[in-house]
Order: sequence, then structure tokens, then C-alpha cells
Amino acid sequence: MIEVDVALARAGFALAVDFTAGNGITALFGESGAGKSTVLHLVAGLVRPDRGRIAVNGTVFTDTEARIFVAPHRRRIGYVFQDALLFPHLNVRQNLLYGRWFTKAEATSISLDQVTDLLGIRPLLDRRPTTLSGGERQRVAIGRALLASPSILLMDEPLAALDIDRKREIIPYIQRLRDELKLPILYVSHAIEEVARLADRVILMSAGRVKSDGAPQQVLSPKAGPGDDRFARVSILTAGKPDYDEKYQLTQVTHPAGRITLPGRLAPGPDPVRIVIRATDVTIALSKPRELSIRTALKGTVSTLSEPMGAVVMVEIELAGGETLAAAVTRKAVDELGLGPGDQVYCLVKSVSIDDRLMAAP
Amino acid sequence: MTGLSDEDWTAILLSLRVASVATLASLPFGVALAYVLARCRFPGRTLLDGLIHLPLVMPPVVTGYLLLLSFGRKGPIGAFLDQCCGLVFSFRWTGAALAAAVMGMPLMVRAIRLTIESLDRRLEQAAGTLGARPLFVFATVTLPLAAPGILAGSILSFAKALGEFGATITFVSNIPGETQTIPSAIYTFTQVPGGDANALRLTAVSIAISLIALIASEVLARRLNRQVASFS
Repeated sequence: MIEVDVALARAGFALAVDFTAGNGITALFGESGAGKSTVLHLVAGLVRPDRGRIAVNGTVFTDTEARIFVAPHRRRIGYVFQDALLFPHLNVRQNLLYGRWFTKAEATSISLDQVTDLLGIRPLLDRRPTTLSGGERQRVAIGRALLASPSILLMDEPLAALDIDRKREIIPYIQRLRDELKLPILYVSHAIEEVARLADRVILMSAGRVKSDGAPQQVLSPKAGPGDDRFARVSILTAGKPDYDEKYQLTQVTHPAGRITLPGRLAPGPDPVRIVIRATDVTIALSKPRELSIRTALKGTVSTLSEPMGAVVMVEIELAGGETLAAAVTRKAVDELGLGPGDQVYCLVKSVSIDDRLMAAP
Repeated sequence: MTGLSDEDWTAILLSLRVASVATLASLPFGVALAYVLARCRFPGRTLLDGLIHLPLVMPPVVTGYLLLLSFGRKGPIGAFLDQCCGLVFSFRWTGAALAAAVMGMPLMVRAIRLTIESLDRRLEQAAGTLGARPLFVFATVTLPLAAPGILAGSILSFAKALGEFGATITFVSNIPGETQTIPSAIYTFTQVPGGDANALRLTAVSIAISLIALIASEVLARRLNRQVASFS
């Protein structure tokens, strides 16, 4: 459990946030310069607030009124930086065990074996950081933070410096971290899909303030998307009963608005599953299409149309079952189809585009 | 067999001793000063930087004379050190080492400071978040990563010490067996008739020592750099 209530003013930037977070991943989400990383720096003690209080599991780290400021090295905080920051003069094992020198034996909560298994880095132990790929480095950095037996884990855009394949490689490990460790994790990101996949809770930040706070489905819903990132909007749907088709190597999941088809087999996990769909991947049809390659057609009713943003209009569709799906379509298409609130439509999503945006729900 | 006289050998061995002691003894000060200049902001920082660099721009004779005034037997620091710990600099080889250390200090501090300034400070922050006290961070992260710069600074200081002449001869004179280093010996040989051959021999030795030091440092630096190579 972490409690944060701080204010900080710098030239051209003011931050004032107040939130508490429990175990699991709490994502701090928002555009660059929103103050997300500053919050992590404040929690880690790398920056002092002008005013405020920060406590983890009841231990006060910072309290300006009581004049308390615990030095960073006494906070027992696991900090995972964007670019891993492994010590280049030490090998992987030495990097992993660096924090062990300062942890009392009785306070250790996880062993080297557990960490290397959890993160799949056992074969890397004797390698030098320079010989690792970006994804491997980041996994070692996470392991290094965990082995210091932290009371909270701070992750500052841990995937931002990685290409899409490396992200795919590392996301399952972060999911395991979330599900297997009883640890509050503050996860900073400006990538909506990452947040939609990983977060138990999302705190949306803008210009140094908390704009909204809640479950990813609520905060990341079309209405609440960050203003400047209109086309990156996603919808999160909850679907159940995965069914794998051996012959075509497809998985079908059931949603009240229709079946959703995904390529490949789902990793075993809890049911229901969370499906993340980008607004730009959704096509709107007035009737159920035939003679089309698309396998997923979700039935719903147009609820609102946004103000035109140049050539594009954001259409929100209330799907059967109550969840909302956003579709980015051209203004011309809206006019030619005569789309308006209350119209019955089918939302078409290419199966292959859902593929890597799928995740197991918490 | 080598054609070197006992006198030559005395000067060579003394030179090596003076240069080694000067380098090793000034290393902790050099690292500390470089760290302070690279990392701390305080009033008088520019002045400190200037003072360290003075021996580089002042005539060496001036540096030697100032050393004589302050570290001589009757000088304030010299008298104190003589009384408290029996450490005498004037007209001793220790004085030659002190002169060499002072003359080499700007070069040493410069090289180490540049390396520390180029280090990614976030590596130190990372060590801090893992629980390491600042002194421990310095010892386990900053120092090892600055090793190439420390090596380079030491080599420069060592080379400067081998060649130091003006400050040494002013401070501790030119006493064979005590303060007569290779440069002083060469100078002496050139002042006497028929000393050319000796001067040439010592010159060759001087070149050889410098070359060996340079090659050794190059090899070591390559190895160190491989070890601390950062990510691109």
C-alpha cells in the first residue's frame, strides 16, 4: 500500500497529485511531460517535493510538515529505469545480487533462483550486460530490483526503449510479476496498449494533475482518452470461454455482441479475458457482411459521434452487453452511410489486428 | 655491459622511485579533487580549479620556489610536518616527489574529472535505489567506471614526473643519489666537457621508459575499456 500526496513547482511546471495504490499494477498514464516520471522520482526520493507526504506500508518516506525525508538508499524501493541501467562492469549475476549486500538476510523476500525462474534469465547469469539484447537487459534490471527485496516496485517506461518484438517478449514476464508477487507496482507509460494490457488500475495524468483514476475499462474508454492522442484510443472488451480451433489455429471467445476470432492459441490464464481493440482497427458496416475476410462482427448501436477532427470522426458504439467500442472513421464515410445516434451497426475487426493486444484479465 | 655507469643507474632508479611515489601518493588527492570538481557546486569552485591548474601555466621555477618557501625546513608547512611526523622535503628525494606530484596534479585531475563527468549519473542513482550508501556507490560504481580515466591521469602524471626539471631543481637542488633525477643528470652531463656520451645514454633510457609506460597504459586502457564499455 502506497500513499502519495505531494506538490512540486518548477519553472514552467507544477505537479500536485494525491492517490493511494495497493498491490498489483497501478499505471500512471498520460502524454510526455504530464509529470508521471516525476511522481516516481518523488517516491524513490530522487527529488524532494515542496510539500506533501509519501508513505509505503505505513512507513513515512517523505513528510514535509514533520520534516521527514528518508534517503533513497534507505527506502527499499525497486526502481526499473527505461534503459535498464545495468552496471556495465559487473556480469548479470553480480548485477542481480548488487542489492543483496544491503538487505538483511531475514528481510529477503525472494531468492536468486526464484527471480531467475520468474524472469527466464538463468542462462544469462555469466554474461556481461553489453552482450544482452534490450529485452534481456530489461528483464535483468527487473530482477535486480526484485532481489533488493523492495516494498514497492517502480517501473519507469520499462518497455519504451524496446522494439515491438522485445515488448512482446517481456510483457508476459511483467504479467507474472503482477500475478505472483504481492507487491504494489507503479508503472509509468504513455503507451495505451501497454497500459490496457497490464494495469489493474489506471491513473490518467495531465499537466501535473490526476485527470481520472479507476479501472482501465473506465479510464481508457473512448470518452476519457487523453486529448492529444485521439487516434491511439482503444476499447477494452471483456470476453469469455476461449475455444481453440486446432485445424485453423484460431481461438474464438464469446462476447454478448458476437464471437471474437483471434489467431493462435491463448496462453492459459484466467477466464474472462481482456481484449484491447484500437479505434483505428474498427470498420463500421450497416448490415452483417458476407463475402468478406473479416471473421469478427460485433453488433451494437451508435451512441455518439464526436466533433470532426480533420477528416476523422470518432464513433462510439454501445455493444450488446453494454460495453463501448470506439471506431475512427472518415467524415466522408459517416456522411455517405448517413450514420447517426441510434443506428444499428456491425463493427468489424480484423482478427490479426487483435492478436498482440490480447491479455488475460486480472 | 649496458654501458651505463653506477651514476647513471642511480639517477634512473631515483627517477623511477620519485615518479612512482609522486603518482601513487597524489592519486587519492587527484581522485578526490576531480570528483569534487565534477560533481559539487560550491562557492570558490572556480578558484579551486584555478589553483590546481596553476602549476600547468606558471613557470616551473616559480612553483619550485613557492614549494621551497612553504615546504622548506623553515617554511610554515615544512616546519610543521618536520615536527609532527619527521617528514622532511627540502633537499630530499621526497621533495622531488612532492614537486613532481604538484606539477602532475593538473594533468591527473583533468583526465579523471573528464571521465567522471561523462559517467551516467543515473547508474549511481540506480545503485542508490538498490540500497547502497553514497560512499559504497562511489567505491563500487563510480570508481570502477572511472578506472580508464584514473589510469590515463596516472600515466600522464607519471610521465610528467619523469620529465619534471624546473620545479625539482629549484626546490630540492641537484644532489646525486638524493635528488638528481634523469633530467637533472642529463643537464649536469651537458654542462661538463665530455659528458655528451653520458647525456645521450640517459636520453635513450628516458625515451625507452616513456615508450614502455605508454604501451603498458595503452594495453591496460584497452582492457579496462572493454570491461566498462557502456551501451551505445
